[in-house]
Amino acid sequence: MGLLRVLSQTTTKHRLNAVSVLGKFRIAQSFHRSESTARPLEGSYSSSDVDDEHDDFQALDFPGGKVSFVSQLKFIPEASGSRVPCYRVLDDHGCAISGSRFHQLEKEIAVKMYRDMVTLEIMDTIFYEVQRQGRISFYLTSTGEEAVAIGSAAALSPDDVIFPQYREPGVLLWRGFSLQEFTNQLFGNKEDYGKGRQMPIHYGSRELNYVTISSPLATQLPQAVGAAYSLKMDNKNACTVAYMGDGSSSEGDFHAALNFAAVMEAPVLFICRNNGWAISTHVSEQFRSDGVVVKGQAYGIQSIRVDGNDALAVYSAIKEAREMVVGEQKPVLVEVMTYRVSHHSTSDDSTKYRHVDEIEHWNKTRSPIPRFRKWIEGNGWWSDQDESDLRSTMRKQLMQTLQEAGKMEKPDLATLFTDVYHHVPSNLKEQETSLKETIKNHPKDYPK
Amino acid sequence: MGTNIFMRRASSSYNIQSVSSVFASCCNFSRTLSTSVSAEVKVGGTLVSQEENGGTKSMNLFTAINQALYIALDTDPRSYIFGEDVGFGGVFRCTTGLADRFGKNRVFNTPLCEQGIVGFGIGLAAMGNLAIAEIQFADYIYPAFDQIVNEAAKFRYRSGNQFNCGGLTIRAPYGAVGHGGHYHSQSPEAFFCHVPGIKVVIPRSPKEAKGLLLSSIRDPNPVVFFEPKWLYRLAVEEVPVDDFMLPLSEAEVIREGSDITLVGWGAQLSIMEQACADAEKDGISCELIDLKTLIPWDKETVEASVRKTGRLLISHEAPVTGGFGAEISASIVERCFMRLEAPVARVCGLDTPFPLVFEPFYMPTKNKILDAIKSTVNY
Repeated sequence: MGLLRVLSQTTTKHRLNAVSVLGKFRIAQSFHRSESTARPLEGSYSSSDVDDEHDDFQALDFPGGKVSFVSQLKFIPEASGSRVPCYRVLDDHGCAISGSRFHQLEKEIAVKMYRDMVTLEIMDTIFYEVQRQGRISFYLTSTGEEAVAIGSAAALSPDDVIFPQYREPGVLLWRGFSLQEFTNQLFGNKEDYGKGRQMPIHYGSRELNYVTISSPLATQLPQAVGAAYSLKMDNKNACTVAYMGDGSSSEGDFHAALNFAAVMEAPVLFICRNNGWAISTHVSEQFRSDGVVVKGQAYGIQSIRVDGNDALAVYSAIKEAREMVVGEQKPVLVEVMTYRVSHHSTSDDSTKYRHVDEIEHWNKTRSPIPRFRKWIEGNGWWSDQDESDLRSTMRKQLMQTLQEAGKMEKPDLATLFTDVYHHVPSNLKEQETSLKETIKNHPKDYPK
Repeated sequence: MGTNIFMRRASSSYNIQSVSSVFASCCNFSRTLSTSVSAEVKVGGTLVSQEENGGTKSMNLFTAINQALYIALDTDPRSYIFGEDVGFGGVFRCTTGLADRFGKNRVFNTPLCEQGIVGFGIGLAAMGNLAIAEIQFADYIYPAFDQIVNEAAKFRYRSGNQFNCGGLTIRAPYGAVGHGGHYHSQSPEAFFCHVPGIKVVIPRSPKEAKGLLLSSIRDPNPVVFFEPKWLYRLAVEEVPVDDFMLPLSEAEVIREGSDITLVGWGAQLSIMEQACADAEKDGISCELIDLKTLIPWDKETVEASVRKTGRLLISHEAPVTGGFGAEISASIVERCFMRLEAPVARVCGLDTPFPLVFEPFYMPTKNKILDAIKSTVNY
């Protein structure tokens, strides 16, 4: 259909200006939109046709800001023509793509990143096996996604407060959570900071600014906004970092968090690991949009899509995003494209709902660890000897921590009742007394 | 709870004059459909007396809330108030003037999203702030249920006390108002009484509202604070002008008696007080207890009273089935079975959605309570 354009204007002065500036546009005689006074125009309209000087009479003076008028009846398409591209630095062979822009890594950081990625891989292999042996009740690996947690953690400041989901133990590892500390949590022993109260992998560390994980999805997101607001009010040179998966982006809390963060200009960095699967639900069943990155703009948040299996790209993007968040005091959304090579957890068999070939493809040709290894080897920072030393040392250390953690006692029974409230209220004191009496009468009913 | 932190509490013992005056003002506008609305409007404009009287001021409930919020902001620079429409003073005027006085960084509107408000508040509180969130009506608190139940309530426990959100207080107007229908009248307190880790507090009068709200804000645990919106303008009382706190988890015997114990909270107490007065004319001596904090609740005070009277009646606006009255009834039967001389009576809302035109029929009215008092005493 031909484009109809009608300018609604009341004063002659403006009308004249409009004529002189806009030239080819037909000026309506009437204040009201009228078919008879409008004429079809050639070419198509774009917002750049409107001279800013004159938008006072071409715009709807809406409380949320002026909105220009258009006489064309046209809907915004559901998606732009092509998918949002994915920022990457290293190709599949670990070579920096020529012309790519990235933050240069110092050797020390790069090597630590690699070491931590390998450590995470070894932890996952061994802990998964330990669960299979029945020594711990549950486990969940980061396999295939090691670069997301490690690459992002390396780009953050230790003062940045992490609001994790559950597949980012790499961030804790980067910050110095020891193998023994991980293992204590998995065993829920006396040394577990969570006092044996939560399932394995629900880590938390006050010292490392890593807020304790909870199982419900996306609940951490609006909390990260509130915490970020606090950092802003205190003029801290830090932000909060909220991790989530693709499935979490469907939760109401995701919407709440992004909207609140944008409106309140809270310094929060949202990192979405889009790993293709939410347990058995494929991303195509999760959302119709081009992933998560496009949702940023709808909330008024800058966003970027990154190759999550390229540690250098993750590092560079998060480094830059973090500078924007802290410098501009505004949220940023990063969608990290990766793949959950592992089953969702030890309670899941993903071959029931996806092809083994797909898993193998990502595991063999897209794995982030060999890719990053090739890059640091290319820089002369890593050797085969380093590799075998690291792997054997880490295995030994892990075996040792497992022994230690297994030997340790469970938390004291009193901790069942503490921390529900700041002080133990009388009803809990009564229940503790009553429970102790029952234990005395039926000691065989209870674990030692 | 220790009393040392309540140093500025106006009086350590119950002041019967003061409470009677509150109830007198309520009773004049007894909750009948025909009169309450106009009475509310008529009274609304002239509720706050400008005269100070020995460190107290006569004020209505929303003004008392406003004062408590003012004091909270004034005494702790790390305190924040936020929610839908709080910036201009709130739809019930509880935050009037606070943004002007303390700035828009500390008193601000949020997007219209209850789960966002509470989630934001948890994060703010976790960083060591006092986060005072307003949910515009208790009827709209359910989108935030997950954040309250799974997050706020377990934040300390699940982290082994590494993290807590004890600085969080969630305020919400609750209860009947004469014309609120399904979605401006609910009393959802029982849902939250099933959640270890939070406290639930409901004041009955302006003075109580001020003292209990300040305690809730400063309590190191997350608190859900329900405000009886029917009393925002109707209830007027002498309220200490200074900063003062009333203890949580301490019930109060607000009327002494020997034949039957009545337990309630919030706006319902004024109705129960009327029933007690009428029962007295028939020679029945009623003891009336304001529970104030529903969890963790003060069983001892209720138990001591029932041991004395041998009879118990509980009344609340929320539907009777699964209401908090059931918990009180069960607990007291456990503790006082041999002493009870009649079944525990519950006079509560019906098990229907909160109705509009049938509100007077739904409500646990004075005469329903009076009948239950008589049948329990004559059992």
